[in-house]
Amino acid sequence: MTSSISGPDPMAGVAPGPAPTGDSADKPDAAGKGSVIRLGDRIFRTLSVGSGIVISVLIALIAIFLVIQAVPALLKNSENFFTYTGDWVTSGDELQFGIANLFYATLVVSVIALVLAMPIALGISIFLTQYAPRRLIGPITYLVDLLAAVPSIVYGLWGILVLGPALVPLDQWLVDNLSFLPFFQEPTQIANLSTGGTLLTAGIVLAVMILPIITAVTREVFVQTPTAQREAALALGATKWEVVRVSVLPFGFSGYISGSMLGLGRALGETMALLLIISTAGPLDFNLMESGETFATKIANNAAEFDSPIKTGAYISAGLTLFVLTFIVNAAARSVVAGKAKS
Amino acid sequence: MTATLESPSLGPVKRDASGFTKVNGRRKVTDRTALVLVSAALLIALAPLVWLLVTLVVRGISPILSADWWQFDELHGGAFNAIVGTLQQTLLAAVISIPVGIFVAIYLVEYGNKSLLARFTTFMVDILSGVPSIVAALFIYAVWRTTLGLPRSGFVVALALVLLMIPIVVRSTEEMLKIVPQDLREASYALGVPKWRTIVSIVLPTALSGIVTGVMLSVARVMGESAPVLILVGSTRAVNNNPFEGNQQSLPLMMVQQYNNGPDALDKVWGAALTLVLIVAVIYFGAKLVSRLFAPKKA
Repeated sequence: MTSSISGPDPMAGVAPGPAPTGDSADKPDAAGKGSVIRLGDRIFRTLSVGSGIVISVLIALIAIFLVIQAVPALLKNSENFFTYTGDWVTSGDELQFGIANLFYATLVVSVIALVLAMPIALGISIFLTQYAPRRLIGPITYLVDLLAAVPSIVYGLWGILVLGPALVPLDQWLVDNLSFLPFFQEPTQIANLSTGGTLLTAGIVLAVMILPIITAVTREVFVQTPTAQREAALALGATKWEVVRVSVLPFGFSGYISGSMLGLGRALGETMALLLIISTAGPLDFNLMESGETFATKIANNAAEFDSPIKTGAYISAGLTLFVLTFIVNAAARSVVAGKAKS
Repeated sequence: MTATLESPSLGPVKRDASGFTKVNGRRKVTDRTALVLVSAALLIALAPLVWLLVTLVVRGISPILSADWWQFDELHGGAFNAIVGTLQQTLLAAVISIPVGIFVAIYLVEYGNKSLLARFTTFMVDILSGVPSIVAALFIYAVWRTTLGLPRSGFVVALALVLLMIPIVVRSTEEMLKIVPQDLREASYALGVPKWRTIVSIVLPTALSGIVTGVMLSVARVMGESAPVLILVGSTRAVNNNPFEGNQQSLPLMMVQQYNNGPDALDKVWGAALTLVLIVAVIYFGAKLVSRLFAPKKA
């Protein structure tokens, strides 16, 4: 509340900016010089400008607070925060913690998710914008959106109790036949092979979860393909697929990539689904049959033990890294979308 | 162009008009393959949805069909305590984030005029919408517990949900306000109606159905958020009607708790999952209904 009271101040500074354009619309009610500003107008303006400022400040606060909380723990850390791969020691004077394992597991599941979701999302978007009969577009979009409406913890439950066990034969087959590849080694915890709680399962579940957002963004960009381009291709005798290849894909590719990055941003931060599927720490190698801890699951897993500020700080520093990571990915995605919207 | 005009239903591609390369075997095959592939993509995407929903209903239906489930707390074989917690926490979050979100959207559309602050705010809302729920929860934890030293409660969860809900509300409201025709506003100004009255009695009512839909969808989205409950509130098997004090169960938390209780409790986990999805679905379809019922008539 204090912030919205202090609202008028920054607002006064902002007023000159939008005034020229805003004024022309306001002229009718601000007769003459425009000095008569009604009380209601002032209150309403303050409230809305104040909310805008509060939100911006709030988000800056998130970053600042996390940094402030993380620094003391980081100073006490006797290991390298970025390369330490051992177990976390978060009490006493000599802290030992690092994010190498978390970063690795987070990256692996996110990459699997992207590899699986990207082609499918592309296919759906092409189908919806180029092939689907008009009557089908609504219901299909709706169904894909439904995927996003299912709470993530339900996906986790499904992943560990239904999908994981169903994948066990496949996992076993991969280990038996393809173990010359680094991805399909026998896991250090054999239990993974009987429950299906592997990075692979986690990646597949994540793929399902990020599919709707990639599809939504891609579809939106594809729809905007200039009709003239498509018709020109058709007029030259292109088949439907050739139209997609020469006009839709080149036009919408950057949108597709940024949609995928938004999906990646979501995958990086996903907590509960992964917490249920892969909860035990895994080693740092490229084996998809292992389990592992991501940034988010590490924090959630140990939340019950947050008892001292230093201990919490160690986990907050992991959270901060995740925040920075998703920030970079999302900002990149948004800037591509914004660039596309202008052209 | 003439070719298309003569028989628009066929299009030039299917014709052997002179001057066009014939659609020979290879091109035809590629075209067909593409169609098969994109259709397959759709089926692949819908498979997990169907699989998930079927499993959910098959495994979750038996616990929730008993009347006890909806009446008693977990101590007595129900889930009432979790349902109460979920609804209260979501409601609290909604009460805080809906007004703030709508005002931010009003600022962006009606007052911002692409000023520096407006662009900065848009950027910040984008960033907020990308913040993982666990980070939002950590932030609230850092402020509420570490800095202020206050106890865990359902209300603290609601605070984290507010962070996750605001960007969705802002986004959807902003989109709706943008499509309100400028003419309506100008007509109102011409009659001497002050700007704020114009917004309250012309712009908002016109966009109402869209705003309500967006708000309901945002409620449905945060209701299933489960990361904050792990950090910000303790679980309890008894009913706690006061979100401001003490532990408070919610459906996601109940799922985690019961899941950790081992295989015997799995029925309850699936029951809680189905209950959660049902509540979300009711809100979701409610939102669709609202948007259909109150949609402004298109000219």
